[in-house]
Amino acid sequence: MERCRMVFSGSGGQGVITAAIILAEAAVLYENLTAIQSQAYGPEARGGATRSDVIISDTTINYPKVVQPNVLVCLTQEAYNKFYTIIRPGGMLITDSRFVKTQRKADAKQMELPIYATVMEEIGKPIVFNICMLGTLLALTELIQPESVMKVIKTRIPKDFLQLNRKALDIGLNLGKAHKTQ
Amino acid sequence: MDPNIKFIQGNEVCVEAALYAGLNFFAGYPITPSTEIAEHLAQKLPEQGGKFIQMEDEIASMAAIIGASLTGKKVMTATSGPGFSLMQEALGYAIMTEIPCVIVNVMRGGPSTGLPTSVGQGDVMQARWGTHGDHGIIALTASNHQDVFSITIDAFNLAETYRTPVILLFDEVVGHMREKLVVPEPGEIPIVERLRTSVKGGVDYHPYLPREDGRLPMSDFGGVHRYNVTGLYHDMWGFPSNNPSVVQGLHRHLNDKITNNVNQISRYKEYYLEDAECILISYGSAARSALHVVQERRPRGEKLGLLELQTLWPFPYQMIKEKCENAKSIAVVELNAGQVLRAVKRAVNDPEKVFLANRIDGVFITPVDIRNMLRFVQGRGA
Repeated sequence: MERCRMVFSGSGGQGVITAAIILAEAAVLYENLTAIQSQAYGPEARGGATRSDVIISDTTINYPKVVQPNVLVCLTQEAYNKFYTIIRPGGMLITDSRFVKTQRKADAKQMELPIYATVMEEIGKPIVFNICMLGTLLALTELIQPESVMKVIKTRIPKDFLQLNRKALDIGLNLGKAHKTQ
Repeated sequence: MDPNIKFIQGNEVCVEAALYAGLNFFAGYPITPSTEIAEHLAQKLPEQGGKFIQMEDEIASMAAIIGASLTGKKVMTATSGPGFSLMQEALGYAIMTEIPCVIVNVMRGGPSTGLPTSVGQGDVMQARWGTHGDHGIIALTASNHQDVFSITIDAFNLAETYRTPVILLFDEVVGHMREKLVVPEPGEIPIVERLRTSVKGGVDYHPYLPREDGRLPMSDFGGVHRYNVTGLYHDMWGFPSNNPSVVQGLHRHLNDKITNNVNQISRYKEYYLEDAECILISYGSAARSALHVVQERRPRGEKLGLLELQTLWPFPYQMIKEKCENAKSIAVVELNAGQVLRAVKRAVNDPEKVFLANRIDGVFITPVDIRNMLRFVQGRGA
């Protein structure tokens, strides 16, 4: 596979870092791939623009950070303003249409998707926004199997919330698929 | 899924390894970026019958692990630069009294409280000379999770073998990033257990009388033997002495047990050194960026190599001199103003050919940073 460098950004509490960890862990534990996840700590992790870097590859990863992401996810306007310029030319820029108004055309495939709106419409709880985003991302990139992500989620959350997360992941997958074929 | 495969932070790897090595007592005062070590041990140690104590400060933490080690426990504390400063007095006491212990310093930007959440490697010299007086010290580091695991076990083993504090100098990048770890089966990595005296209770025990091989068997304090432990120069009974020959003998012993065993203590990894014209020397997280550069440039025919140091103290002067003999240039990659650079310059025949590739702004050094510096070294301009 081609090495995939991703940056997940948003604001503290949206779950972008959790989503990044779940994705990377799924790749390592269930798909026998190599992955590294790191995140910005400090004031920016408490409100403001949170950022987590994930690299997934089938070979050894040495430099652990992402300078130019192939995939950049921005879930707030602030995160978008701060990070949209670092996208790798030809990469994929995923934004949530509820939170982000894209201003300029970047040299990337821009996907403005109603992830938040769909979650609120079909589930009504913002808590699984990040898992829905992950589903969307998996449908668009086909990086790893959604089932691998579900396996990790099962180890991390109480049983009562499994169904909720499953649904959110599926909604995301469908959303991603719908926009992939467009 | 293989239960031995984990995807965790470097700090958690250190915890897993310490438990594997037999850790059963931890005292500490949590500080970023080392907090996860205390956090995870707070949960795991009591589960396994060990003791976890959150202390009021760092010198108390150090004092607590020294006492616990003396009673026969395998001990560790974890901190970052500011806390490591506060431990120095008691660290010297552990050196003088020859008490095995492991101190983890997950380095951040300094001096003082500096940059709590950013990476730095500024404590290399502090590990060497932070506590006062002539002394030997062992300091180890690692750049990836599998190595963090094995080096942490090495730290416990060396602490027992040489009866000395061992410092683990990790850094924020390695401590916080998540990557894969394969936990070895029990017994796969040898563990050095405490060497205890065979002298029976009621018979004279000399706590500071070395055996023929130079090692000092211990007796669990509070057990069958009564003996004295002091930070003053002491005789074989452990009682204070200012007898010049006793003082000189102990002084020599404390230094020689480390410096005479540099080759046994020295750990390093080498990449493409055989024909390297330019050798990068690096350690800890910075070695990851250095290795990235080397592996990217090799296929283009550039004769670059990497020497990754895992033992920083005692410094492997002779090994570095030999490895660098045929190199046209050497670049030390580190996240400080040139602490290992100076040691490397002292090691090689031709100090003028040693250059520094560093970053001191709290940002992790990128492969581009290293390549830009190499262009100057190789005479290719900016």
